[in-house]
Amino acid sequence: MSEFNLETASFKLNPRYQFQWEEAQQCHVLLYPEGLIKLSGSAAEILQRCEKPTTTATLIDELNKAFPGAEGLANDVKEFLADAQQQAWIVSVSN
Amino acid sequence: MNKTTSHIPLWLLAELTFACPVQCSYCSNPLELSASRKNELSTEDWIRVMRQARKLGAVQLGFSGGEPLVRPDLEELVIEAKSLGFYINLITSSIGLTAERITALKTAGVGHIQISFQGSNRESNKLLGGTDSFDHKVAMTKEVIKQDLALGLNFVLHRQNLHQVEEFLTMAQSVGAEFVELANCQYYGWGLHNREHLLPSQEQLIDAERVTNEFRKKYKGDMDVFFVAPDYYDDRPKKCSNGWGTTFMTVNPDGEVLPCQAAKVIPGLEFPNVRDYDLSDIWHKSDLFNRFRGTDWMTEPCKSCPEKEIDLGGCRCQAMMLTGDATNADPVCSLSPHHDEILRITEKAQRPYQEEETRKLIFRNPGNSKKIRAEKTELTE
Repeated sequence: MSEFNLETASFKLNPRYQFQWEEAQQCHVLLYPEGLIKLSGSAAEILQRCEKPTTTATLIDELNKAFPGAEGLANDVKEFLADAQQQAWIVSVSN
Repeated sequence: MNKTTSHIPLWLLAELTFACPVQCSYCSNPLELSASRKNELSTEDWIRVMRQARKLGAVQLGFSGGEPLVRPDLEELVIEAKSLGFYINLITSSIGLTAERITALKTAGVGHIQISFQGSNRESNKLLGGTDSFDHKVAMTKEVIKQDLALGLNFVLHRQNLHQVEEFLTMAQSVGAEFVELANCQYYGWGLHNREHLLPSQEQLIDAERVTNEFRKKYKGDMDVFFVAPDYYDDRPKKCSNGWGTTFMTVNPDGEVLPCQAAKVIPGLEFPNVRDYDLSDIWHKSDLFNRFRGTDWMTEPCKSCPEKEIDLGGCRCQAMMLTGDATNADPVCSLSPHHDEILRITEKAQRPYQEEETRKLIFRNPGNSKKIRAEKTELTE
């Protein structure tokens, strides 16, 4: 269903999910029918950059600039995106 | 009382009206249904309630009822809810829905529509729901899918329709539903009144679960099917709404705030009204929300039970209705001294399903409500 090549495709946050900061819980959350996922700080950093169409390379580039010197960042981002794709939190953007 | 709780009411259920075009005999609404709608909260009241709930940290909002589509201000409420940051679920029979209204609701900010079915085909849906609405429900289901909104189909199960699970799942699959909930009915309000004719036999349940599992295997990945078993056949109870005063808040059409939809069956509780109090005071400080919060209120055998944090003693309403005391263990629990009451009720349900029995169900409508009230008065005089 949500199969696309993370290396090459453009993708964005699935519009079926509502992504926002929750003051009461002091974290970002993803909301979906009758449920909620609490996000870690790094997951939120990635997903907030997916609100507009992006690519894996752009994301890694942006995050490297925002967090210079973060070790293993590229691999962590790729791992998270693979999981996010599996969960359908992100979907491909067809041109 | 001046304590505050660290729990956040993540879920706000807004019961906008008791008015409903469907007459389900298993409805959890109270038997005392007013035919008049003059006491319903106004648009301004609901907007104030939603703002206060959001401030407390509520994120999931369910518009329910009755039938929420009956309210002409529904779209206005959705727009306000969306701007406040709620995720909006519309829980509906689909009666009153049109393609145009789906578009309007989606634009206003509804994220998810749940449509309920009473029977798996035209005739039985009419027989069990009291409305000739099957074709409309199917059409609206397809329309919600077409307009790319998250859709859930809800089929409430009981003695009179458990044999229809396969037909229902086949219909759901054929229209392209991604999410189906098969929820065995619970015995509150009208459901309790009709329990004798709603409680299924164990054999019916086993059959329905088998069919569901076969279906899941066959259509893996296309359609998620949830099966909620009736707790009368479990040997441990279910937590009340994830724990009394931990997650859920229901505001009923008249503005009363309830820890769960059924709580009005417990005598001696006072239900604070949003017309008089701020939701924050109700959630944190009211006697009602603190009454069964945590484990301090427990009596034996719950009090010294090693599993007390797991199920928090089960459902307070069920304890009240079946043992006469809301501080008792939920009698579903095999450790409850009242468990034999559950066994007595379920034993009577082991007779086979018979089609004619459907006619004995008392439909939820203002006329029957009046009749039941009159009967009760006669009994107490």
